[in-house]
Amino acid sequence: MTWRPRLAEGTAPVLVVLLLLLVGLAIAGPAYDEPSGYLALLKRAAPLMILAIGQYFVIVSGGFDLSVGALVTAGVVIAARLIDGNESATTSVILLVLGFGLLVGLVNGLITTKLLVPSFIVTLGMLLVLDGATFLWTDGAPRGALSAGFRTFGRGALDVPVLGEVPWSVLILSAILVAAALFMRSGTGRALVAAGDNEAAVRLSGGQVDRLRLLGFVLSGLLAAVASILLGGFAGVSAQVGNGLEFRAITAVVLGGVLLGGGRGSVVAAAAGALSLEALFTLLNLLGVSGALESAVQGLIIIAAVAYASLGGGLRQRLRTRPKQRNTAQPAPS
Amino acid sequence: MSILREKAAPADQTATRPGVRSRLTPVVVVYLALVTLLVVGSVLVGMRGEVLLDQAGILNILTRSTALGLVAIGQTMVILTGSLDLSVAYLIGLTSLLAAETMAGQNGMVVPGVLLALAVAAAVGLVNGLVITVLRANAFIATLGVALVLRGYLENNYTGPAGDVPRSFQHLGYDRIGPLPVAALLMLAVAALAWWYLSRTRPGYHMYAVGGDIEVARLSGVPTRRVVVTAHVLCSVAAGLTGIYLASRLGSGAPYVGTDAGYDLESIAAVVLGGTLLAGGRGGVVGTIGGVLILATLDTIFDDLAVDPFFKDVVRGVVLVTAVALYARRMMADRNRGRLA
Repeated sequence: MTWRPRLAEGTAPVLVVLLLLLVGLAIAGPAYDEPSGYLALLKRAAPLMILAIGQYFVIVSGGFDLSVGALVTAGVVIAARLIDGNESATTSVILLVLGFGLLVGLVNGLITTKLLVPSFIVTLGMLLVLDGATFLWTDGAPRGALSAGFRTFGRGALDVPVLGEVPWSVLILSAILVAAALFMRSGTGRALVAAGDNEAAVRLSGGQVDRLRLLGFVLSGLLAAVASILLGGFAGVSAQVGNGLEFRAITAVVLGGVLLGGGRGSVVAAAAGALSLEALFTLLNLLGVSGALESAVQGLIIIAAVAYASLGGGLRQRLRTRPKQRNTAQPAPS
Repeated sequence: MSILREKAAPADQTATRPGVRSRLTPVVVVYLALVTLLVVGSVLVGMRGEVLLDQAGILNILTRSTALGLVAIGQTMVILTGSLDLSVAYLIGLTSLLAAETMAGQNGMVVPGVLLALAVAAAVGLVNGLVITVLRANAFIATLGVALVLRGYLENNYTGPAGDVPRSFQHLGYDRIGPLPVAALLMLAVAALAWWYLSRTRPGYHMYAVGGDIEVARLSGVPTRRVVVTAHVLCSVAAGLTGIYLASRLGSGAPYVGTDAGYDLESIAAVVLGGTLLAGGRGGVVGTIGGVLILATLDTIFDDLAVDPFFKDVVRGVVLVTAVALYARRMMADRNRGRLA
């Protein structure tokens, strides 16, 4: 048997879009003549890509996570107040922020699976609670400051042999992406997709649907915490850092051809969707499109992407099955 | 087509419930909760030596309920059909601007302003509905996409409040009959109309059918596409009414009047709090108004108690999740009982 690269269902379109955008960038911006320009793009896109990977785990198992934006803000605000410029607290606070993300994901997952509340509502409630509680704790505005050590992950770079200076965030992103791709090839990963596709079948074949969904939420919370550490380092402390990120992450996942409602799509495509979104913003910026119109373009693109996925998919299938039927109708000449 | 049909979906398989228990429907629970909240709130506010339900208190609760109520009535219809609308918040901003700019301070332009705002709202609803039914985009993404397009338009063309509402039109926002604001009464009239439409007319029944199971509805001869489009048009018109009302209150149009209040997610929260199933097919406007009144009463109580505004969000989140968890439990209990019977 010859091995050939196999793309998961629905991955091809987003890769084509991404390639077109990257070519567009190369033509439009002189900064994109050399690798460093693309590395900078990847660095900027890393938090959103990590959020999209986390969101993917929830969406593919049939849910939504609207709380990630609020979780990112909470992570940054908590870290700033606890560190308060104190370098020695960095490690413990990073662990605490990760633990906090894990806990939020766990609560989301437990309420969704045990109390049977739709995840849309659970995570909407969590969004309100996190937004309120974070600012209740800091009296309305972020206080304190992040340490230089904390900010290294978002804006620093590591000297890697051969490659040269590679931003920390790109390294972290690569590690997460590889781990996520391997995880989705494992038995648990496949069961996660199956739980979103056909819950009853997974249950009947002995799969623990509730535990799988819970895992999805926990991973989403954990990755949102990672994204908050990167964003805090990259952009600094602000109360708006996570605003709207939940919708942006969902958009990215959908752009990657992942079906809302679960059961279809690949995690690499979801990350590619996030990168495409960021590349699109960069390109619009380079072309001099006003920032105000950015969201309008984003809106049109996601509608087109979803329409393509549901209409185009059907069309392709029709084209594909027709010749096959003709083949089976005629006995093969021998 | 419903994306939200996940774990809570057991409700789809309606069981025959014993008559006695079915009295305690979510609607009854919502209004019991509202009464309890009013009593507890009165006691708490009373301990500070103030009165919750005095003239100002009632006015406060009803005024807060009016805008959210109007949006939530429309949102109820789309959610009942198994869809949802995330574009209402930006649409409210857009319609408030259209109304105020057309009026431009002239009494004669009030009617054209209102009509233009409603027409644009209906058109946006039509786009939402068509993107969902014809392009077969998921409702979440379709309306999010339309919301982003509207946002782009608003950000590109407006930097702040614009337009001018004539004094005569401001009466809509501020006039009262006794302690009751006229606008709140109009909102309740719209709610009554929606209730009549949903529970007494054929198209209304079709909305429940489509939300319950779109395939079964389609096979039973329900024009499912038309029903979904109608629900979205009505929802957007309700959002348009909200925009017009807010323009009348503010005296001008404001691009972010809808998003600042978070009317998109807030209206969904109110609908679900009112006992309507997020997956569609069950619930109604009466419960939604109860949900809206609960949220408005909570706000008023917190204001009277001078509670930190951020604490409000926390309580809201907890109330929302708790309420839906209770409904889900009841539904499971009913289902199990139905199975045993």
